[in-house]
Formats: sequence, structure tokens, C-alpha cells
Amino acid sequence: MISIRNVNKAFGRVQAVRDVSLDIGAGEFFSLLGASGSGKTTLLRMIAGFEGVSSGTILIDGQEMQDTPPHLRPINMVFQNYAIFPHLNVRDNIAYGLQRLGMSRAEQARRVDEMLEMIALPGYGARRAHQLSGGQMQRVALARALVLKPKVLLLDEPLGALDKQLREQMQLELRGLQRQLGITFVLVTHDQEEALTLSDRVAVMANGAVIQVDTPAGLYDRPKTRQVAAFVGTMNFFDATVHGQGSAQVAEIAGLGRHRLTGDGGSRGQGARVLIAIRPENLALSVTDPGPGQAAVLGRVQARQYLGGRQLLHVDVKDRTSPIAVSTVALPGADPWEGSEGRAVWLTWAPEAMTVLDPE
Amino acid sequence: MARYTGFYAPNRPLALYAAIFAVVLYLPILFIPIFSFNAGIYVRFPLEGFTLDWYWDLFQRESLLRAFWNSVKVATFVSLLSTAIAIPAALAIARYRMPGKAPAVGFIMLPLVLPGLIMGVALLTLLNRMGVQLSLVTVTIGHMVICLPYAISVLLPRFIGFNRSLEEASADLGEPPLRTFWRVTLPCNMPGILACLLMTFTISFDEFFMAFFLSGSERTLPMYIWGQLRFPQDFPSLLALSSLILLFSFVLIFASLRLAKIGQPSQTEAGR
Repeated sequence: MISIRNVNKAFGRVQAVRDVSLDIGAGEFFSLLGASGSGKTTLLRMIAGFEGVSSGTILIDGQEMQDTPPHLRPINMVFQNYAIFPHLNVRDNIAYGLQRLGMSRAEQARRVDEMLEMIALPGYGARRAHQLSGGQMQRVALARALVLKPKVLLLDEPLGALDKQLREQMQLELRGLQRQLGITFVLVTHDQEEALTLSDRVAVMANGAVIQVDTPAGLYDRPKTRQVAAFVGTMNFFDATVHGQGSAQVAEIAGLGRHRLTGDGGSRGQGARVLIAIRPENLALSVTDPGPGQAAVLGRVQARQYLGGRQLLHVDVKDRTSPIAVSTVALPGADPWEGSEGRAVWLTWAPEAMTVLDPE
Repeated sequence: MARYTGFYAPNRPLALYAAIFAVVLYLPILFIPIFSFNAGIYVRFPLEGFTLDWYWDLFQRESLLRAFWNSVKVATFVSLLSTAIAIPAALAIARYRMPGKAPAVGFIMLPLVLPGLIMGVALLTLLNRMGVQLSLVTVTIGHMVICLPYAISVLLPRFIGFNRSLEEASADLGEPPLRTFWRVTLPCNMPGILACLLMTFTISFDEFFMAFFLSGSERTLPMYIWGQLRFPQDFPSLLALSSLILLFSFVLIFASLRLAKIGQPSQTEAGR
């Protein structure tokens, strides 16, 4: 549905988007995820037509669009601050784009009513923007864009201004709406949880470039770079060296012993320097020495972070500057890790828990 | 020791100072309405009794009514024209980067501080050279020169503060630029535009220097007052007239200041 080919954007000397190529399929919920300044919003604005491209092509539904002004592109957008017209009421806001389609007043009214129904705000037609809550404005912005039946809906941090509960509710609604309508959604967000929850696929951006495109599970389980691994969820990193060949290959983590690899590091030769990444929930804790045969690491609980139902234990290990984060289920009532600060613990993990990355 | 009431507690000496400041500023003007109700011809205390005769007298003077309508006509034209011209100029200044913008804006604003006398002489010389007959048209031209910088200074902050994503939304919903201007930019900035109309109307209505140099046989209201100052017996009527003009100007300026504040982004944001 959208093909982005080698798109660059420079603002003066600042390179905002670097050689981005992406293919977004019809009916896909696609997210651009990145920190502020990563170029994700600029890329979205180039798709919408508010920014021109410095070089490269943007195809929407097979048509080259990079030289088409925004009002002629077959896409609609939900803006970060909603951009509800303050001088018009909700009805007229939703009908705004219908006016030039040459449909009868009755037909316009019918479509607007349909939309008000869809966003569950019937009876709000006469209200002005300032009489709406953030969540309601968000829905009106959505209705105003969707009433035109676009092929692609762009969403620029649409939930950023809402409080956490409302945001989670709107996430579910957005996902449901996208499934129901089958329209391609392209979402810009800096919230990795939001991107993982909503999307079919996510493009992670940093410094203007796309560094990985994958499904949410793919990003979480198989990050390709340290940057992606660190940005999506919490991650522990270990510097290591590869030893041995084939199935006998092990990673020697500085000060923490040798750990069998599953074949991930296969392409890397003897002595290659790598970065091992392990998720906190893939580490197991034990207060007793698991004994020989297990590659266990001895450490000391430095802090316990209670997250409600879950907890993060930060374990200090000799010769390591940053503690290792371990996530476990927090038991209701008296959790055994309550007040565990200072206790000696052994860490173990399965070979599958290790993701082998290139060092920076 | 007085109790500490907070960093933002009212400051009484400063409030008193502000009050005195306002009184001194408006004291001379206060005498005009007071003496316009005085039964005697001369401006002196004690007052000689209350009368509305001077106000009645105004409506008997045909030349005054004529001058009044001339002023209304000129001010209407000037306010509409200068606002219409200032809107695109202010939009361009607010939005686009152009080479030499800062000095250009400086020159646009310069007539605000140039002596009216100099501007009047300059325009008179120019129009004479061009062989233009002095009339209400030349007065209108002169007033445009004075009003344009005011118009831009009223509109510019509104356009700078205007949320452009509203225009982006309009474009996104399929409207080309000119239609976006009509359907979004103009109506959203209507309070500022009305403020601009009122401001320029008031300035033109009260203006003296340009009218002095550039009017022909048809006079504006300030010119009429200037002409009648020679006749002592007319003075109380002129005070009555001045009182009405003062009242009218105050109402317009206050309305324009109020309008300029409505819907300004900083205020609406704070209100939420």
C-alpha cells in the first residue's frame, strides 16, 4: 500500500531521515517507533505531504506521491494535538472533508451520524472542541479522518496526551477499529509498549534511519542491534567472546564463566567478540548453589523494585559495573523476595535465553 | 514584624503608584467632559450650572455633520483596506523565512514612531508632484500609511501564535490552500481581524496631521474642530464634540483590546 524507497530528508545541515526504505502492506497496522529526534515524525509528515522529500520516492497504492501536495493524497491523518477546528462544532468538524466531494446534504448528514455512532459520541454533534475531553477530541479527530474512507490513516502520537488508563482503552479501540475497517494504519509513537500492543509490524528508528523492521514478538525476542534491544523492553547486556565450533560453541562472559550457545553465534568464528543480551524474565534466581553442571553466577541483591504482581531484582555481580535485572512474579502476601536486599543469590539461564549481538 | 504573605502577595506601594500614574495621565482629559456640561462659555471654575445645550447645538450644525460623515467614510475605507492589505503581509512575516526580513519588518513598523508632521509633508510633496488633487481620497491614502503598521502589529502576534496544524488538518482533509485560508485561517483569526478593523478605524477617525496636509475642500471631523477653534463662542460645543469622540474612541479601543485577547492560544491553553 505504501512503498518508501531510499527516502532522505535534510533540514539545512541536519539529516532528519537517512535512506529509509519500507514497504507497508494493505490493511497492516504499522508503527514507526523511536525516541524524539529519531526522524519518525518527519517520515510520517513526508508520507502525508507536509514535508517534501530531499531525495527518494514515496508510492501510495502504486502512485508516486512525493511531488503531490497533501490535499491531493489519498490518506488522512490524526494529529498529535488532534487539530479539531475550534470554530466548528463536532458535526461540522467531521463533515469538513465531505463538503467538496459533491454529495447531498442528506448524504453528508447520514455519513456524519454513522461516524458519531462509530465513535460512540451520538448527541455530541453540537459541541465545540473546548467542550470535549481529550479522549473525545481524539475520537472526533479519528471520525473526521475516517469519514473520507481513506486507504491509509496516519496517526501522529495520537494517544500521547491522554492519561494512562484512557490510553490503554483507546489502544484497544484503535486496534479494534483497524481490524474492523481493514484500513492501513501507520502510527508514530515513542512508546514501545504502545507499538508492541497495537502493531502488526514495527519499524524502529534512530538517528533518522530504520534499524529494524519486525513483528512485535520478533523485535522483543530477536533484536538485531543493541539499540533495538535496549529500546524495546528491559535488557541485560554482557560482553563476551566466542570459543569453539558448531554445537560445542560457548560464549565466555567476562568474569561470569562459559555459557553454551544454541547455534546463534554459529556464523561467528573462534575468538569473535560479541554482546550477549538476556531479558530479565529469562533469568532464574535461586538462594542455594544449583551445584556443578550448571553455569551459575553468584551475586547479591542490591535493590528490589516492586511493580505490582511482578518485581525486578537488581543483582550486583563482582566485576560488573551495572547490576543485572531479574524479573520474577511477585506472590501476593509475603513474597520471599521482600526485604531480600543484601542476600546472596545464584543466577542461571537457559542457552535459548541468550541473544547474540554484534558489539558496538 | 509583618507576616510574610508570599512572593506573589499584592504590593500596596506599587498599586498606589499605578493609581497615581493613571490619574495624572487622564486628569487633563477629564476636564473636557466636565466643561462640556458647563452652562458658561468660558472654561473656568466655578462651574456655572449643568446644561446639555452644547450637545444639542452639535446636531444643528450642518457642516459638522458633514465632516462627521466624511470621517466615517474615510475611516471605514481605511480600516477595511488596511486590514485587507495587512493580513497577507502579516501572514508572510509570521510564516516564511526570507532574506532581509528583519530590516523589512523594521521599515514596515517605522511609521509608528515617525512624526506625523514629517509623514504629512512628505506625502503632500509627493502627491503635489504627481498632480493629484487633494480630496478625501488623498486623506484616505495618508491614513493608510499610518494605519498599516498598526494593523500589522495587531495581526502579527495572532498569526505567529496560530496553530498551523489546523491548516495542515484542512489540507489533509482535501482542501487546497486558498480554500483552507477561507475555511480555517480567516475564521479562526476573526477576533484578531475584528480588533484590527476597530483599531484602524479609530486611528483614522481621530487622525489630524495627514488630514491637515492632505484634505481638500471636504474636511474630516478633527479638521472641523481645528477650524472652529478660532471662535470662542463655539468652544463649549467643541468640548461636547470632543467628549463624544473620546467616548467613541475609548469604546472602540477597549473592544479591540478585548477582541485581541479572545481565543489567543496562550489564554485558551491556560484556561484548560
